[in-house]
Amino acid sequence: MPTFDPYYTAILIVGLVGGVLGVCGYLTLGERKISAWMQDRIGPNRVGPGGLLQPLADGGKFFLKEEVVPDHVDKVFYLLAPAVAVGTALMALAVVPFGATTPAPDPVPLVAPAPGRPSPVETFGAQQAEYASHFNFVLAPGLDIGVLYIFALGSLAVYGVILAGWSANNKYSLLGSLRSSAQIVSYEIPLGMSVLGVFIVVGSLNPEKIIAWQLSHGWFLLFQPLALLLFMTSTYAESSRLPFDLPEAEQELVGGYHTEYSSLKLGLMLLTEYVHLVTASFMLSVLFLGGWNLFGLESLVTDPVLGAVLKLLVLCTKMVGLCVFAQFVRWTIPRFRFDQLMNLAWKVMIPLALLNLVAVIFVKQFGAGLVVLTGVNALLFFGAGLMSARASGTVTNPKRPVAKQPPGLPAGVTYAAR
Amino acid sequence: MPIAESEVEWVEEARLGLWEQLYIPALLDGLKTTLGHMVSRKITEQYPEQEPKMPANYRGVHRLNRDAAGRVKCVACYMCATACPAHCIDIVAAPAPAEWQRDGREKYPETFVIDELRCIYCGMCEEACPVDAIELTTLCDLTGLSREQMVFDKEKLLSVFDATTKAGTDPVRTQAGRLSVASEAPPGQ
Repeated sequence: MPTFDPYYTAILIVGLVGGVLGVCGYLTLGERKISAWMQDRIGPNRVGPGGLLQPLADGGKFFLKEEVVPDHVDKVFYLLAPAVAVGTALMALAVVPFGATTPAPDPVPLVAPAPGRPSPVETFGAQQAEYASHFNFVLAPGLDIGVLYIFALGSLAVYGVILAGWSANNKYSLLGSLRSSAQIVSYEIPLGMSVLGVFIVVGSLNPEKIIAWQLSHGWFLLFQPLALLLFMTSTYAESSRLPFDLPEAEQELVGGYHTEYSSLKLGLMLLTEYVHLVTASFMLSVLFLGGWNLFGLESLVTDPVLGAVLKLLVLCTKMVGLCVFAQFVRWTIPRFRFDQLMNLAWKVMIPLALLNLVAVIFVKQFGAGLVVLTGVNALLFFGAGLMSARASGTVTNPKRPVAKQPPGLPAGVTYAAR
Repeated sequence: MPIAESEVEWVEEARLGLWEQLYIPALLDGLKTTLGHMVSRKITEQYPEQEPKMPANYRGVHRLNRDAAGRVKCVACYMCATACPAHCIDIVAAPAPAEWQRDGREKYPETFVIDELRCIYCGMCEEACPVDAIELTTLCDLTGLSREQMVFDKEKLLSVFDATTKAGTDPVRTQAGRLSVASEAPPGQ
């Protein structure tokens, strides 16, 4: 492990958390603006030029609102739930590379050194010193279980949901929390399974190494577009973005697990979704879109500091772009019904992710070119479409049973006629 | 009365082929539509900058109409106050001045107060008024800094009349001096 510098790390933590929270604030503004534009409205434009100071006003409002803690709730867990939700979401940022990184060195083989050559311990020390001399835009650089850590914390987010729903001592909240946790747990599986192919090809769970692999071989977008699609869909479900925002479906479900929350506690709950989205967008760009790589443009600048800033900007632009794309998706796809949501996860995404994984294993085992994976992905995609078309029939002639009315009955009164 | 089946026109849904059932092309198509809306012209009214054009039957702030001579048209009959379901109209009647009495006016409102905060803008005062003295205008931005400011007295209600007739947004709906339908005798009498 590289040497740990508490001051440097503290500054990085403050910078990263502050930056991400700021991005989240402005994502809410972006969400409102984009929603407005897509509905032919203008959106918030009162606070500051073009409404740019709206997030500050919203934040202040959250602090000034009345804190309501209902009498019937379990106070400890009620207050703990938002903290758990935000805490787990923010902790996942620890291993996310948000700028230029240097891949961590490979492990040193433990063999007896030839006479006159450095021992494995010396080689390890030299490699680590060399690695530590680079500036890495990660809070915990060189962590080989990086992505696993993010998935682990992502699954801990369920605790926030369950605690919130249960401590509210209210049927709607409890049902909402069960619904949301079922959704989060279900989508954990395709989330992890879709990117397993990436790890098998790279041979590491370390995000820094995954970026380094893509530098020399090309983005994973080219080799595993289907995995990208599955991963993106799962992250939307994980962060409760539309079309999977059942916790938010006030119109049809009386709200979700955060029904009983008010003011800043609700704000934290909603912030969690955005932090999840930011983390997921970072991971998407790191795993599939080459991280800070942009067709070699980022290495045109030779100055190391300027180059690092440029790479930081490239990666953050990708992240913001993906977040904005999620907001475009919001107004494109209608919200899923709960059974459709479960069907999508268990009957479509998990089998597809599994088949993709098997294909990756075959390609890796038999040493076929990675282009084969692109073909397999396209094949799987069209195959799934074909199967869905065959299984459901056409809209005018569906394969599910349809009750045909006997002729002669007046339309619309079948109940009365029987 | 149910609809006969012969009158029902069945609309065939579009057939979904493989391309549509892949969903992603269809989703991209939807994305194109929404993105198109993103750059299209905005159609919402920008309220504080752009005055909304209310329909003529919009029920906003009240006004007290003036007659041809510029006097308050109200005859202090209490019909509006009686009809008001929110009890927000308060009238104090007094005998009309001598020169008004020559025109056949016996009473006039010494004070005429409407609590605009209590009012539910149902328009029943307008219906009840036999001389069309009280009317609801299309003024919709009614604000005040205190409860007292929202209690409109006779002068203020008359000033609403002056303002709205001058602005041309709310012409007087009845002929000055002529009684409206509400005051006509029932047919057959």
